[in-house]
Amino acid sequence: MSAERARVRLMQGNEACVEGALVAGCRFYAGYPITPSTEIAELMSERLPRLGGKFMQMEDEIGSMAAVIGASLGGLKAMTATSGPGFSLKQENIGFAALAEVPCVVVDVQRVGPSTGQPTSPAQGDVMQARWGTHGDHPAVVLCPWSVRETFDLTLRAFNLAEALRTPVILLSDEVIAHMREKVELPDPATVKVVDRPRPVVPPSEYKPYGPAPGDEGREGYVPPMAAFGEGYRYHVTGLFHGEDGFPTGNGEKSAALLRRVNAKVDTRRSELIQVARESLDDAEIAVVAYGCSARSAVRAVREARARGIKAGLLRLVTIWPFADEAIQEAARTAKVFIVPEMNLGQVAREVERALHGAARVVPLPRVDNELFTPDEILARITEEA
Amino acid sequence: MPDLSTYFRTQHMPTIWCAGCGHGIVLGAVLRAIDRVGLDKDRVAIVSGIGCASRAPGYLDFNTLHTTHGRGLAFATGLKMARPDLKVIVVTGDGDLAAIGGNHLIHAARRNIDITTVCFNNEIYGMTSGQFSPMTPTTRLATTAPYGNVERNFDLCELAKAAGATFVARGAAFYARPLSNLIEQAIKHKGFSLVEAVSQCPTYYGRRNKLGAGADMLEWQRTQAVTAEKAAGMKPEELADRFVIGKFYEADAPEYVEEYDKLIQRLKGGR
Ligand SMILES: Cc1ncc(C[n+]2csc(CCOP(=O)(O)OP(=O)(O)O)c2C)c(N)n1
Ligand code: SF4
Ligand SMILES: [Mg+2]
Repeated sequence: MSAERARVRLMQGNEACVEGALVAGCRFYAGYPITPSTEIAELMSERLPRLGGKFMQMEDEIGSMAAVIGASLGGLKAMTATSGPGFSLKQENIGFAALAEVPCVVVDVQRVGPSTGQPTSPAQGDVMQARWGTHGDHPAVVLCPWSVRETFDLTLRAFNLAEALRTPVILLSDEVIAHMREKVELPDPATVKVVDRPRPVVPPSEYKPYGPAPGDEGREGYVPPMAAFGEGYRYHVTGLFHGEDGFPTGNGEKSAALLRRVNAKVDTRRSELIQVARESLDDAEIAVVAYGCSARSAVRAVREARARGIKAGLLRLVTIWPFADEAIQEAARTAKVFIVPEMNLGQVAREVERALHGAARVVPLPRVDNELFTPDEILARITEEA
Repeated sequence: MPDLSTYFRTQHMPTIWCAGCGHGIVLGAVLRAIDRVGLDKDRVAIVSGIGCASRAPGYLDFNTLHTTHGRGLAFATGLKMARPDLKVIVVTGDGDLAAIGGNHLIHAARRNIDITTVCFNNEIYGMTSGQFSPMTPTTRLATTAPYGNVERNFDLCELAKAAGATFVARGAAFYARPLSNLIEQAIKHKGFSLVEAVSQCPTYYGRRNKLGAGADMLEWQRTQAVTAEKAAGMKPEELADRFVIGKFYEADAPEYVEEYDKLIQRLKGGR
């Protein structure tokens, strides 16, 4: 098979996730099998050792997350993939990665929850867990693909952002996108932009693992350069609040500075981080806000509404956290009703409400019966509101 | 005596440890072992979980990683896979390793991954002020065992051996030199090694169980420790209330990181 043809393939979302990760330079994977994410582990076990990378099936999801962080500190780009129950188990160590600023990618293929729920049925109920799953105020970057090709793109982007910001990035997929097969053309890896973590430019004696790079002093939300263990920098990494030197501190001001900075890494880069996709939104009187699998039905509903002369538009959240407040407010310049179809009891609808500050009315459209929205259902709601 | 001060980050001392705590003695034994093996500081990573024992890495001038409670071995596993060139040593407490981290212990042992684990066993949760651990003997008092511990305790060495560890030993803070010898052997051993180091927590365990101050608890270690050779000739009744020290097990077995690297090489060869 020629390289050209190899790049055009019928593949599953989970497969595209693996391709995206490998192109991004992922060379370590640790995970524990769980439906509907398991194909990612299976493929990684096959592909990684062929590339000189390493795959581990750990004893549980807690250990998987821990091993990923350990490998990242050793200098490898690393990821794990899981689903609801496993995502819950990873949370403590996701917080560790956020505070200790260890880049890594966590894939959560959503299934119905809470608890064991419905392992093989789709849902979108982990939106808030992806934002607030670990304790304390922490930054969150969460990307939400709606197609197989976008799963590739966003996995790659997740690695690039994780490395650039030294923070865990979550790819929030769902059972539909993960298992759906689409014909996709993947980009030539040589043309793809790959970002690596910032590296120290100072000698070990001057290295502060949590201090600014030269030129970044005083910059809000700076990203400290990162050395790998074993490179001669001999620094300390801890989940305790620490100073710029990496050592634990009980000093309230230093603690506050750290907490503010790790959050500011994301808050000061909102415009770079937040991606949305718009369809017919410019003059829309009715805006549909959707993401992941639900957005696939939503876009068809919007097109059908337009065909019937209803001024409907779609705002699709590609980055789900940080939340696209600005894009929602912008849509409210024309739209007075926001319909939010989602496969949960209204997690994003509440965020839309918050972002709007009363500028428009929000119509939640929750669905939790394990069935995908049909375009007709969303269309019916649009028609009702028109 | 080697000058251990070169291994400490003296600017971050004194340690958080109480007067009379055994952890400092055990840490000294770890450093003496590292010194004798002659390891380059840049090539050593010290990884821990959470607890009084697990605070040790912060004071040491190596690549150091203080993780989440019980997870030191899992972090260390990823690190070792990424950097096989590093000597990875996990320092941990009995609660950290035998309770919350028990699953990672048995699986690291099963894989026979080349990591040396030193468990600072004070038979109690020191950091959280004296709750019983899986290593607290039955009937002993703890803040959560006010009527005496109802549970049975682990034999950590037996557990590790059964799980597949290829080097297993126990030492004690009082016998610091033999302890550092055991740790030295463990570091030199290829594969998963566990050294249980009997330590003491006078502040919570000693006081509550009326075992006296640190020195008294060390005296207890002196009189109650029995070498493996001696224990072999003793009856179970004679061994009650005593503990056995020495090297219990050493075996050669395929080491995980090397085996994985062989797989990579094999695939490179197209097979
Ligand atoms: C997930 C989690 N659970 C509980 C704790 C609280 N905690 C901190 S240290 C500790 C026990 C440590 O005991 P051990 O490992 O024996 O170390 P020692 O303090 O005795 O040296 C506990 C329960 C925690 N930090 N994290
Ligand atoms: S509480 Fe116990 S274990 Fe912790 S430092 Fe004090 S004596 Fe040592
Ligand atoms: Mg203890």
